[in-house]
Amino acid sequence: MYNWDFLPVLSESGLLLAGFRNTLILTATALTGGLAVGLLLALARLSHRRLLSLPAGIVIEVFRTTPPLVQLFWFYFGLPIILSVEMTPFLAAALTFTIQSGAFFAEIFRAGIVSIEKGQWEAARVIGMTHSQLMRRIILPQAVKRMFPSMMERSIELMKTTTLVATVSYADLLYEANELAQKTFRPLEVYTVVALIYFISITFISFLAARLEGRFARSGEMTR
Amino acid sequence: MSSPILQLNGLAKSFGGIEVFRNIDLEVNAGDRIAILGASGSGKSTLLRCVNVLETPNSGEIAVDGKTVGSKQRSGALKYTERELCTLRQKVGMVFQQFNLFPHMTVANNVAEGLKVVKGIASDKARGRAVSELQRVGLAEKADEFPSRLSGGQKQRVAIARALAMDPEILLFDEPTSALDPALVGEVLSVIEQLANEGRTMLLVTHEIGFAYHMATRIVFLAEGGIYETGTPDDVLKNPKRPLTQQFLADHQRFHF
Repeated sequence: MYNWDFLPVLSESGLLLAGFRNTLILTATALTGGLAVGLLLALARLSHRRLLSLPAGIVIEVFRTTPPLVQLFWFYFGLPIILSVEMTPFLAAALTFTIQSGAFFAEIFRAGIVSIEKGQWEAARVIGMTHSQLMRRIILPQAVKRMFPSMMERSIELMKTTTLVATVSYADLLYEANELAQKTFRPLEVYTVVALIYFISITFISFLAARLEGRFARSGEMTR
Repeated sequence: MSSPILQLNGLAKSFGGIEVFRNIDLEVNAGDRIAILGASGSGKSTLLRCVNVLETPNSGEIAVDGKTVGSKQRSGALKYTERELCTLRQKVGMVFQQFNLFPHMTVANNVAEGLKVVKGIASDKARGRAVSELQRVGLAEKADEFPSRLSGGQKQRVAIARALAMDPEILLFDEPTSALDPALVGEVLSVIEQLANEGRTMLLVTHEIGFAYHMATRIVFLAEGGIYETGTPDDVLKNPKRPLTQQFLADHQRFHF
């Protein structure tokens, strides 16, 4: 029978908290950047100009079809060789996950935008709105409400995928956990605590999201 | 005499090689109320949608206030810039069969949206104007409801208020009562009739022939890809001269009692 002992882990919990903080920073950065990149990629892909839609389509497909770990290694080890730029683990990770989640968000944005009925586009046009006005005021506000559940799903996925950055020595939660496991010889306890931290924080975020969704539903959007 | 508000010269439209109409000439003067009738598929709605370039005509010209919209390409087809279209559409309001209210905005905001975003009017002033347009269609008390809480007839009246708020010179009605329960048709027709009495210029595509007879100053009957017969309601609807018009009216009167 295994003898559980969380004491060595708890006495070093500062390490795990610092790691968790870094995980949150990276997730928030990639999420913010990813949403912006995603919206731009979606608008470009929907454009009638092939000069915009074609490159956007290529970026989206490349980042959706290659493993995130390969992308991370490519940005961390490859990019400095090609561009002779200094690459920190954080920068490489932020770049990778911004563009990678941007590619997925782009597809969610695109699906949301094209799901808005033709009549909404026409109603906005006939009162004289420009394309950008109708996007901003009529289409996106409705599309975002529809996209919200998929966006949440993808964001949770993003937070979990950021654990890959431990491989390029960015001190996220998993990286610190690895350190702690070696130091204390208590891997079972360490990874149990780490799993719990993810479980609790993601459950909490999901709870907030569900409440927000309820608010959207009440504001009259769901029925026509 | 002043120039017509709207002129269509040789307008033609086809979808993927299938011709809807060709060579449509139409002159609309201030105060004209033109009802466009025809069998389904005769191109009534398409013609209306070409007037504000929701559908781009394949050839022909649209002139508003004597000025041709768009600029000639080398191919001979007209090209419309976004700015030209936005200006055109502010002068030509439109009401749809399916209302197309913005579901994420209250009724008042639906009406005020164009004023704020397109005309750049401050929101409190825009709201005031929106409420007075809602009063005109008898729905001021619904200003802060969301569209999902309204009946079909009420939605269509809000859509009319939304179009009116932009001060258009011409109103286009695309089968405004076709999506409504018969019991709700009357309230929408009353609003349109009231606008007619105010002397507004309008083009109306409808299946309500009785309403067209009473309200229109002129009937345009579309068939065989063009204007088949046109004239006053009495000429076209009481004494149709040509066989397809006669046939169409006979079909419509089959179940009269």
